[in-house]
Amino acid sequence: MRYLPKSPSERKEMLAAIGVQTVDELFKSIPEKFRLRSPLPLPGPLSEAEIVQYFQARAGENGRGFTSFLGAGVYSHLRSVVTDALVQRGEFLTSYTPYQAEFAQGTLTAIFEFQTLMAQLTGQEVANASMYDGSTALTEAALMAERLTGRNRVLVARSVHPEYRQVLATYARNLGLEIEELQYTQSGQIDSGALTPEKLANAAAAIVQTPNFFGVLEEIPALATTAHAGGALLVASVTEPVSLGIVRPPVEADIVAMEGQAFGVSPSYGGPYVGVIATREKFVRQMPGRLAGQTTDAAGRRGFVLTLATREQHIRREKATSNICTNEALYALVATIHLCLMGKEGLREVASQNLAKARFAQAELEKIPGVRRVFSGPTFNEFTLEFPRSVKMINSALLRDKIIGPFALGTQYPELTKRALVCVTETMPRAEIERFAAALKKILETPV
Amino acid sequence: MSSKVVDTETAAASIKKVRPHPNQNEGLIFEKSAPGKRGVEIPPLDVPAVDPLAALGSEFTRDSIEGFPEVSEIEVIRHFTRLSTWNYAIDLGMYPLGSCTMKYNPRVNEFVALLDGLASEHPQQPAEVSQGCLRILWDLQNCLLAITGMGAATLQPAAGAQGELAGLLMIRAYLASKGNARKKVLIPDSAHGTNPASVVIAGYEVQNIRSNARGQIDTDHLREFVTEDVAALMLTNPSTLGVFEERIAEIAEILHEKGALLYMDGANMNALAGVTRPGDFGVDVMHLNLHKTFSTPHGGGGPGSGPVMVKKILEPFLPVPVVVKKENGQFALDQNRPQSIGRVRAYCGNFGVLLRALAYTLAYGPGIRQATEDAVVNANYIRKNLEDYFDLPYNLPSMHEVVFSDARQKKHGVNTMDIAKRLIDYGFHPYTTAFPLIVPGAMMIEPTESESKEECDLFIDAMRSIAAEAEEDPNLVKTAPHSTRVGRLDEVAAARKPILRWKP
Repeated sequence: MRYLPKSPSERKEMLAAIGVQTVDELFKSIPEKFRLRSPLPLPGPLSEAEIVQYFQARAGENGRGFTSFLGAGVYSHLRSVVTDALVQRGEFLTSYTPYQAEFAQGTLTAIFEFQTLMAQLTGQEVANASMYDGSTALTEAALMAERLTGRNRVLVARSVHPEYRQVLATYARNLGLEIEELQYTQSGQIDSGALTPEKLANAAAAIVQTPNFFGVLEEIPALATTAHAGGALLVASVTEPVSLGIVRPPVEADIVAMEGQAFGVSPSYGGPYVGVIATREKFVRQMPGRLAGQTTDAAGRRGFVLTLATREQHIRREKATSNICTNEALYALVATIHLCLMGKEGLREVASQNLAKARFAQAELEKIPGVRRVFSGPTFNEFTLEFPRSVKMINSALLRDKIIGPFALGTQYPELTKRALVCVTETMPRAEIERFAAALKKILETPV
Repeated sequence: MSSKVVDTETAAASIKKVRPHPNQNEGLIFEKSAPGKRGVEIPPLDVPAVDPLAALGSEFTRDSIEGFPEVSEIEVIRHFTRLSTWNYAIDLGMYPLGSCTMKYNPRVNEFVALLDGLASEHPQQPAEVSQGCLRILWDLQNCLLAITGMGAATLQPAAGAQGELAGLLMIRAYLASKGNARKKVLIPDSAHGTNPASVVIAGYEVQNIRSNARGQIDTDHLREFVTEDVAALMLTNPSTLGVFEERIAEIAEILHEKGALLYMDGANMNALAGVTRPGDFGVDVMHLNLHKTFSTPHGGGGPGSGPVMVKKILEPFLPVPVVVKKENGQFALDQNRPQSIGRVRAYCGNFGVLLRALAYTLAYGPGIRQATEDAVVNANYIRKNLEDYFDLPYNLPSMHEVVFSDARQKKHGVNTMDIAKRLIDYGFHPYTTAFPLIVPGAMMIEPTESESKEECDLFIDAMRSIAAEAEEDPNLVKTAPHSTRVGRLDEVAAARKPILRWKP
């Protein structure tokens, strides 16, 4: 087997050195009746060429060659080949968690840079070294708010990503954390009138997303003022962080829970991605997840270490701030390299292009009879449209034109049947937007 | 040209430059930034431009991001390449971290994970155009069930710790469906820290139980603890000492008699794959760490993936969605599972990691047993060759890892961390220090099957040499490492006044 570096005679030599006749003797602590006597019924073994063949065949059974207008938390953006070339370096790819700092300064320095970039983007003071993804970052932010306020209720906007809210519900169920949902208005924004002093009085946090699941930006400063007046924190979830290239960051929020996939990480059918929690300095000891900090060695040279580990499970066990251990370091590195390449101007330009392309697409689609915009609030690269027919029917017709249609909102929001969330990023050529509009027009003109 | 022999060290020392070259002293990317530089150019906009300020208004727009880097492509390449050279990696040599299973990460796995048609796929796209992704999940699920001998699986948890939580939530849901979710989960003192932390999030109390003098579960002791209040025992098997729980079947029986379940932390599955199946020895719920046993890269701390395998009785409680194969042979995601614990993560989990784990499993097929055997041979070979030099606190048969202690070196003032740091000077990554907690001054060594006899011999020589140094020149060991870019870093200062980001 090509991954195993021992010859048959070396195996024998090593067994002899250990002082056993056969390898079976090394397994004698496993009761005899539980030892397998026949080989496992597994496919393989496959050579490298056969493995490539298997996966190429699978890739061919997916949406290769289709044009997709799906966003809803996962976005296709330009990626530089430089990012892949660098993260594929074995020194990054095949290194462990940097507990042995002297031997892991590469990873630690990059994490420190990641934390800095995330803080700069979100307008927060500090950010952690990553969470699993946006959904668990949001959930951990809610638990963090509970610890910080001592209150066991959170108010969550219905315009937060439905799957994120489902994850929060799974975690909250056995922790005595109550969840109350907040409605949205015709603007698509949270109904701030629902944030009454009574509701806030025993709430740990109000949790919103911006741009929210309908693509609409929330008015963070006003929401923060209201939440703070009621003694609650404001948690802001960001699933499309490219927006932060032009959109005002949620500075007034107390905790920002972000999904960093849009920064150079492939959609990859749902993961791995990279979650982030950013917050105020004074809250850092209640923050979950690893943190890299700057320090010096005996000679005064700057270096970085994992720090404030007394929050973490390997030190605090059942009293830890979270059970998270493994995080998404490699994808934090992807985001770091991607953002360094993009730089100040590149990120702004990409964000502006998203805005322009989405506005163009929206105008083109709204020209089709019966298609209209649903919400009046400001949007970035996603917007919600109403159609005269079921989105499911439209989307299956679009598949025939090799178009993956917009996200149907009806499944998650019964009141929003015939509505769908359209996403257009800088990677979408104008011609494809026009092809989509033409295909949609044709479908809607065809008698049912 | 010159035939003179130059002493390279003297030559290096004689270099007089105003500043050291950055490749010897790389700064932060922010310190290289200058206005107007950029590392990427964006294709021109093919639709009318929109002014963000005009479109969104000043209350929704930002000025440029203060302090954000502005660097060119070559600077990005050099910066991260230089940083990478300050890391140790499996690709450089043995990484004997006990409990971490740092094995070779096959390159073909990286190649297939980046294929167009896999990396490009959106998790919400319709099943009609996701059959390839769903088939990958289906095939992996079946492989993992075959290897573990369990009845049903979820691939959704993003890491081992999240797998623990998902498993515990399924136990809770199952017990609740029988009328009583119960209160406590038992955890041996040798367990990973994630175990108790996960128990708390699942809404249970942690009841710690002591290991016996042999580092194993004391079954009489266990019998006293298992009451109608106990939901489960979380057991790592082989234990963090690298030792198989010989009375595993009895342990399962004690639990089952009282209606409690056996949870197995599969962190150490690299000792068992192809040799024995947890489903056969009484385990009800277990998770696997695909970034350990199934070779997916650690990437400096993640991503991982923590699939959970359960017995059939727990299947109704799996997180949604569940991958199913329909009668027409098509794959689908089943969301309609009324007894499900819900979601633990958005979408279908760390698909890119799952895919790599399948590539690994397909490479071995039934031959995975050979990998397990080689891992166990390596650990025992190292043990045999070091047991005259280091204290072996639990003299039990080792499987994939061996735990020594620093008891003998401590007499000279040298502890496990010192020895670990000194290993760096010999070209090895340190072993796991100070874990498991039941061994004071633990030195936990797991070579994995990826090490050749030669690499094992080099490691043995290094450890023996350090044992000698600890006696003859303890200070040399205590001040190690001596060969890295920075020396031992002041962790106390880092925690006292945390500097967690760069500032201009």
